[in-house]
Amino acid sequence: MNSKPKTIFEKLWDSHVVKRAEGYPDALFIDRHFIHEVTSPQAFDGLRKRGIQVFNTSRTTATADHNVPTKDQHLPIKEELSRHQVETLRKNCKEFGVDLYDLGHPYQGIVHIIGPELGLTLPGMTIVCGDSHTSTHGAFGNIAFGIGTSEVEQVMATQCILQYKPKTMRIEINGKLGKGVVSKDIILYIISKISASGATGFFVEYAGDCIRNLSMEARMTICNMSIEMGARGGLIAPDETTFNYIKGRKFAPQGEAFEHAVQEWKKLKTDEGATYDQVLVYDAADIAPMITYGTNPGMGMKVTDRIPTAEELKNISEQTSFKKSLEYMGLEPGSQLLGKNVDYVFIGSCTNARIEDLRLVADIVKGKKKASNVEVWVIPGSKQVEAQAKAEGLDKIFEAAGFELRSPGCSACLGMNEDKVPAGKYCISTSNRNFEGRQGPKSRTFLASPLSAAAAAITGKVTDVREVL
Amino acid sequence: MKEKFTTLKSTGVPIQVENIDTDQIIPARFLKATTREGFGDNLFCDWRYDGNRQPIKDFVLNQSTYSGKILVAGKNFGCGSSREHAAWAIYDFGFRVVVSSFFADIFKNNALNNGLLPVVVSDDFLKKTFDALAKNPKTEITVDLENQTISCGDVKEKFEINAYKKTCLMNGYDDIDYLLSLNNEIRAFDAAHS
Ligand code: SF4
Repeated sequence: MNSKPKTIFEKLWDSHVVKRAEGYPDALFIDRHFIHEVTSPQAFDGLRKRGIQVFNTSRTTATADHNVPTKDQHLPIKEELSRHQVETLRKNCKEFGVDLYDLGHPYQGIVHIIGPELGLTLPGMTIVCGDSHTSTHGAFGNIAFGIGTSEVEQVMATQCILQYKPKTMRIEINGKLGKGVVSKDIILYIISKISASGATGFFVEYAGDCIRNLSMEARMTICNMSIEMGARGGLIAPDETTFNYIKGRKFAPQGEAFEHAVQEWKKLKTDEGATYDQVLVYDAADIAPMITYGTNPGMGMKVTDRIPTAEELKNISEQTSFKKSLEYMGLEPGSQLLGKNVDYVFIGSCTNARIEDLRLVADIVKGKKKASNVEVWVIPGSKQVEAQAKAEGLDKIFEAAGFELRSPGCSACLGMNEDKVPAGKYCISTSNRNFEGRQGPKSRTFLASPLSAAAAAITGKVTDVREVL
Repeated sequence: MKEKFTTLKSTGVPIQVENIDTDQIIPARFLKATTREGFGDNLFCDWRYDGNRQPIKDFVLNQSTYSGKILVAGKNFGCGSSREHAAWAIYDFGFRVVVSSFFADIFKNNALNNGLLPVVVSDDFLKKTFDALAKNPKTEITVDLENQTISCGDVKEKFEINAYKKTCLMNGYDDIDYLLSLNNEIRAFDAAHS
């Protein structure tokens, strides 16, 4: 008996449905729930009001990341509201018995960085967090997506979430990447092709030999930004690269249990003949170092290209937003970004603050000095990344180059903690969003890869990294 | 229980900008509250106020010309972060409906979970609504949830809404009530999968 061929996404989804009832969305079981200080307080309050407990605390893990300072983390948080929010998380986790990797803990860090590095994120799971970049975890071959606070409350209360199954999209990248092109460029390229809403309503599977050849860190960068094209999430089927990454991690299955798990994980792939609602295929050779010029991640281009003019846009209705966006950025339609001075370089965030990212940056800047017109912040994604960077001597390289290696947190990815880009200043950033004011009121963001950011740190300008390699 | 939604007749407030992300709706620095209330004061804060928190005259929420419970916005409204605070801010400000030709997924869910109705209309309807509001700010828009229709002046169209979410909105139910009723099945599933 042959059953209908299924995509990996469909297999994962179907195996997690607790109940499918006529007239209701599916009740989907959640294996792993991550929590942070910003989107959880109202959910804990909801539980209190209903007089219920967290359904299964062993499936729930919390950390403090969005609000935390990246300097002097051992001191109390200066800003009162931030401090209150982190303290509320502490209190809630204690009251409800949830594990918390608090400031100062050797496992603290950005929620999407610590899950994988602790082996809490595994293939075959369903994972949610009150944070849109939960899609990052999909790199391990699981269904991971961001949710709102009401849904956080649902998951805490019932370990389930009510969801309609999204449509499926396959994005295939084949071939070899050119010099100076890394996974951040792949995803910025895809988003520039299909726009910031091009995958809304879809769950994406990334495939193709180019993706297969990427490390886990690089895969996470791609899945991380799935949300920036509107997708519910993005995943990559697990393989030897995945299993090797997981092996020996703190909370991953160990020994025989690990071998057994690997046998199960190997079954997680799309069947021959399975179909998707949409398929996109790109050639890696067409991708170059990318940069964004506008105020959504879809407004990106090759670093050597020029910004389009309003007249060149296909869609007339886009023109108002386009003009508004360039005005905000202080840029001229039709001009080039190459050679433009930048004021800040931010290397960090759940997109690009893993050890591999810091190594890429260190490779480029070794023995060089930052340009005098820029301030450079390097923010490791977690305490473990920080420790590893120090063990490898990367901190010395950064110091010699005049960069500041700070403590882990979301930092200047969003203007919520002390790290903000001042009004009107340009920041080349390895994070994932270039929205108006994202890095601080009136700040201006160019999204790029860690390589491109490092190159800009050295030259003080938007630079084609291929020229400094 | 949430406020029930059936029909709404109101004037509309137009923001003719595409890809309005949740960082514009409520900037991150205002996400530090630990309750759901009070976010309306900072709705669209950086478009609404200058650096000294003086109202920026050009922005529609600062103009007495426009008012009402229906926000009309450009395509791909609510993209970006999953912050439910965006839906809370819009609701807290007094809106009960957002009309656009396209919504980001998470925003749509968050809105529906908070009694705020996202109405997806055609590009053509949206354009006509913007035009009508520009011509006459007192133009009334009627949203009838039961019959799933929206009308503005002499244009009218049907809109889609998921049947389950519609029932929830019309009755003020939320998802958690249904999930709690599945408790035994979920316990069994959890035990079989650990
Ligand atoms: S690093 Fe940025 S995108 Fe990632 S979780 Fe933190 S704020 Fe969100």
